[in-house]
Amino acid sequence: MNVTIVDYNSGNISSVINSFKEVAKDKVNIEVTSDLNKIKSCDKVVLPGQGSFKSCVDALNNISGLVDCLHEFVMDNKKPLLGICVGLQMFADIGYEEIETKGLGWISGKVSKINNQNGKYKLPHIGWNQINIIKNSKIFKEIENNSHMYFVHSYEFIPEDKNVISATTDYSSNIVCSVEKENIFGTQFHPEKSDKTGLKIIDNFINL
Amino acid sequence: MLKNRVIPCLDVKNGRVVKGINFVDLKDAGDPVEQAKIYSDGGADEICFLDITASNENRDTIFEVVKNTSKKCFVPLTVGGGVRSAEDINKLLNCGADKVSINTAAVQNVKVVEDSSRKFGSQCIVVAIDAKRNETGWEIFTHGGRNPTGINALEFASQMEKCGAGELLVTSMDKDGTQSGYDIDLMEKISSSVNIPVIASGGVGTLDHLVDGIKSGASAVLAASIFHYGTFSVNEAKQYLASKDIPVRI
Repeated sequence: MNVTIVDYNSGNISSVINSFKEVAKDKVNIEVTSDLNKIKSCDKVVLPGQGSFKSCVDALNNISGLVDCLHEFVMDNKKPLLGICVGLQMFADIGYEEIETKGLGWISGKVSKINNQNGKYKLPHIGWNQINIIKNSKIFKEIENNSHMYFVHSYEFIPEDKNVISATTDYSSNIVCSVEKENIFGTQFHPEKSDKTGLKIIDNFINL
Repeated sequence: MLKNRVIPCLDVKNGRVVKGINFVDLKDAGDPVEQAKIYSDGGADEICFLDITASNENRDTIFEVVKNTSKKCFVPLTVGGGVRSAEDINKLLNCGADKVSINTAAVQNVKVVEDSSRKFGSQCIVVAIDAKRNETGWEIFTHGGRNPTGINALEFASQMEKCGAGELLVTSMDKDGTQSGYDIDLMEKISSSVNIPVIASGGVGTLDHLVDGIKSGASAVLAASIFHYGTFSVNEAKQYLASKDIPVRI
């Protein structure tokens, strides 16, 4: 099996690469690339994302044909994709970080700033928070409810269809921190930085 | 609920841990990778490396350390010390650091913070503030605490927040190395004047000091020697915080 981590200059992805290689060992081939042919022919795609919504969308668009290639992979061929952090946020129709920016539109919804209740909550939301699993997502196999995951973000994904939400976390309000829609998976938290529980989620994705 | 973080810090010089403790089963007490792994297995919420390598020709040693650690530790890794430019930050991130802390360079040129937070994202930019009490408040120092700047620490903290820093690592120079507890007044004043997380540093000698640090409003507590010397394990520290009703990840 081939799992591709999309390398599109979205910031620091070395932790994502290290964690997937750690889990994959020699059983699964982990490729890090923006080569469209390699993405097309692989079995699963990981879409990381750091920095702002706009900078990530711009970086995707800067690689000619990449957005169409990912769209075909996910929407037409229905192959599994995992978005991490801004990688998840980009599933939305629209994001409001820096400036209104169009997202990939794979899961209807918007990305807006977490309501910090006039400074009551510090932003970014940084650190370990518990996830409240509300749907039996395939990537949560053997993951206990209320497990701790590592978060770093100031914006949240608000999907229109609440049925796609697989977990939330409590910070100012119930923030969507994981989604599953058919073959599309996403985590707002960083499984690659969430110690053994995070690695288990990566393992679950690889073994889908 | 978001948990308060406990962050052990390792001083690294020429690629080796300074003041490392001889844990049982440890093959090489000076190996930062092994030490970091012990911390992360013991429940550290993050690992911090402070590179105190003095000579320029050995500056590259930290990159190897970060590279090897990030292949073994799957909790966030923050690296600071000698970070001068966006190029340095880029190199550390590419080696596997998750956050980079900037001290002297942030004071000398605030644009380094502005540009790098825009380029790499606020989530990976930590500004380290070394502060010392004076008649009117606190003054920040650079170059590992050697050079006074005349800059007020509270004003600087707010400025750094505006420039895009994701977190502030605040060290009291009066308290650092004394094991007499954090400068609580300083932590309270800075935590309440900014809306980004503050990491308290400098002065921890007992587990109650960690409790006081969190109560002062800091989101995370950093300590070096109590963990280095094996006085307490990270797990003991977290159990103690939990027993004092402070939310931690256990």
